[in-house]
Amino acid sequence: MTQTAAAQPSRSTDRATARGRALVVGASSGMGAALVRQLAAEGYAVAAVARRASLLEALAKEADAGAGHVVHRVLHRAHDVTAIDEVPELFEGIVRDLGGLDLFVYAAGTMPDVGPEEYDTEKDLAMLDVNLGGCFAWTNQVARLFHSQRSGTIVGIGSIAGDRGRKGAPVYGATKAAMATYLESLRNRLSERGVRVVTIKPGMVETPMTEHLDKLVMPVSAERAAREILRVARGRLWNVRHVPLRWLGVSLVIRSIPSFLFRRTNI
Amino acid sequence: MEESPEANARTARQRPRSRPRREVRPRRGFEYVEGWGMSVGSQARVWRPTSSEEVAEALRRARADGRTVALRGAGCSYGDASTNAGGDVVDVGRMNRILDFDEETGVADCEAGVTIRDLWRHALPRGWWPKVVSGTMFPTLAGAAGMNIHGKNNYLVGTIGDAILDLDVVLPSGEEVRASREERPDLFHAVIGGFGMLGAITRVRLHTKRIHSGEIEVAGISVPNVGAMMEYVDAHTDDADYLVGWLDCFGRGDALGRGLIHHARYLEPGEDPDAARTMTLAHQQLPGSILGFPKGEVWRILRLLAHDPGIRLLNFTKHQMGKLEQRKGWYRQSHAAFNFLLDFVPNWKFAYGRRPGKGLIQYQVFLPKETALDGFTEVLQRQQRRGHVSYLGVLKRHRPDPFLLTHGLDGWSMAMDFKVTPGTRQSLWETCDELTRVVLERGGRFYFAKDAVIGPRAVEAMYGAEALGAFRALKDELDPEELLQTDLWRRAFAAEGAFTASA
Repeated sequence: MTQTAAAQPSRSTDRATARGRALVVGASSGMGAALVRQLAAEGYAVAAVARRASLLEALAKEADAGAGHVVHRVLHRAHDVTAIDEVPELFEGIVRDLGGLDLFVYAAGTMPDVGPEEYDTEKDLAMLDVNLGGCFAWTNQVARLFHSQRSGTIVGIGSIAGDRGRKGAPVYGATKAAMATYLESLRNRLSERGVRVVTIKPGMVETPMTEHLDKLVMPVSAERAAREILRVARGRLWNVRHVPLRWLGVSLVIRSIPSFLFRRTNI
Repeated sequence: MEESPEANARTARQRPRSRPRREVRPRRGFEYVEGWGMSVGSQARVWRPTSSEEVAEALRRARADGRTVALRGAGCSYGDASTNAGGDVVDVGRMNRILDFDEETGVADCEAGVTIRDLWRHALPRGWWPKVVSGTMFPTLAGAAGMNIHGKNNYLVGTIGDAILDLDVVLPSGEEVRASREERPDLFHAVIGGFGMLGAITRVRLHTKRIHSGEIEVAGISVPNVGAMMEYVDAHTDDADYLVGWLDCFGRGDALGRGLIHHARYLEPGEDPDAARTMTLAHQQLPGSILGFPKGEVWRILRLLAHDPGIRLLNFTKHQMGKLEQRKGWYRQSHAAFNFLLDFVPNWKFAYGRRPGKGLIQYQVFLPKETALDGFTEVLQRQQRRGHVSYLGVLKRHRPDPFLLTHGLDGWSMAMDFKVTPGTRQSLWETCDELTRVVLERGGRFYFAKDAVIGPRAVEAMYGAEALGAFRALKDELDPEELLQTDLWRRAFAAEGAFTASA
């Protein structure tokens, strides 16, 4: 396991005063990074986990500088979510360093460009490892902790792409649908334990993942999405939420199109 | 993390084509580990071994990291018997295979994490029932042996240790040994009731009892006070297979310790014309709802009643219902329904609150028969005077047993549930300190599965120097570094301390 920065034990007393303790996996860019920035600014003790160490370091530095008068240094750990063997130890270290955990966000995801005539198993399974394998490996650890401590919030970043099997991204959509089902099961398991599980289904968000797309429909910035995600996570109203909310309408329409018509569209 | 497309190109898939031979690597997680009563707990690394090699490996790894280890079964001990602040926990729950069951003799050979539930469900359709079961079916056999649990038939058949033939134990050194009454009897008698301080029990072989029906004959006997209850129980220890009394601890004066006795006996061959049907698992199913409420939600209703006036009302009602129950005379009940009263309402403990610091402690006092009535009267009166009245009281008759550290004596026990909140914790502990002195003055004892309060001086007083010295000597021999520790060990077996540990 590569650790780019050791814990800062001297800061741990500060963490006791934190507003909460959050862990974001997939934090080096996009919504994950925006979430880390906002959580840090709000006074959370935050741990950021991602594959790209240099981006993480820059993010941590920026978040530290931008935080309010109570500074909770952002812990950062370089980790590839497909290295699932590393997860238990990494998770344990993070929770110990944060002094506990209240909020977990799984924001790691990949959506490679898939050609209309491409059926590439290797590529598909690699996507599965990041979008699902890593999600299960991390979320199971978190779920067990939250189950046993009878509190906490789990947020999974799914996608509107999981609402319907589209031509463009068969496996990406499948991974997000699977994630939604997995999170629903966890929600049903954990609600009795006072644990909240939130599925976020973003529409089109301007992130590095969507950079290669030719056209974004109703795009919003990652910052805006992150703000909304945090609001939903801390609220009580939504278990499954499209971000921004207008995508719920889109989703309802798309889901109601009969299959024989849907296959003729280019959605 | 979000990846750019070019980064994906090099994401090579790294799953092994075929499974290599598995190395000994116990699974682990990081979670909050608490006593069943929720009043103590801490975050800990939890190992979940699936074999005795993995148990030894977990012990080795914890030692290498300079950490202590608590052994844990299902975590059903109410207090801190399986929690370990700052250390690791080895949870044997995944070692849950019944290795062998002899249908001729009723001897079951079980891995450590087999629960009482697993055992009875295996044994009952074959015509057998565990000799000793707790009021809940979820404890593991290793946990049950470690705490040397008893049932409502303790006066007749002894503790679970009396039913055990032999055990396998992984010692702190990593060595696995077998212990029985013939082979290493010192270890056998110390590990049973040794609350996991000498080694990890990995396998238990024990007797079960032949039954001739899936039902048991039960009668409810309403009694006006604890004295009458003890009189009835004493008069029937010869003709009852189970005797247990429920007490309303709110009763005062002549009604002090009023309650309801359940007197039960096994059916003889031929008494149950429909034995083939009653000895099925389907017949043992606990009801899915209580008074029309789905049982999983009933704790929410109890939550509304979990304060002194509410429980006073509930207990009063139950006592009146007990009088009605007595009128109906003998009735038949499935073994599961009779034995596992605590499982009727899942998560009933949540009625005591689910937020940190809230919960319950169970406090069970054992008194020799000579001083029992006087002691129980004193215990009930004092808790009422101090405003910490137990919400549940259970009275049982006991007998001595040959184990080194045992709560067993020729006498009685009264188990009590006290509500804990952050605001009342201190005064509750003070009350328990007072009660502990009352019990020890009368030659009484306590039971670690149901304890969260007693301190080293109480332990010295109840076991006596000889037994305690022998236990400590064995601990020094087998575990000189004190690798095996729990919060209980540090609380009650410290070099010095008071009768009651601090809250």
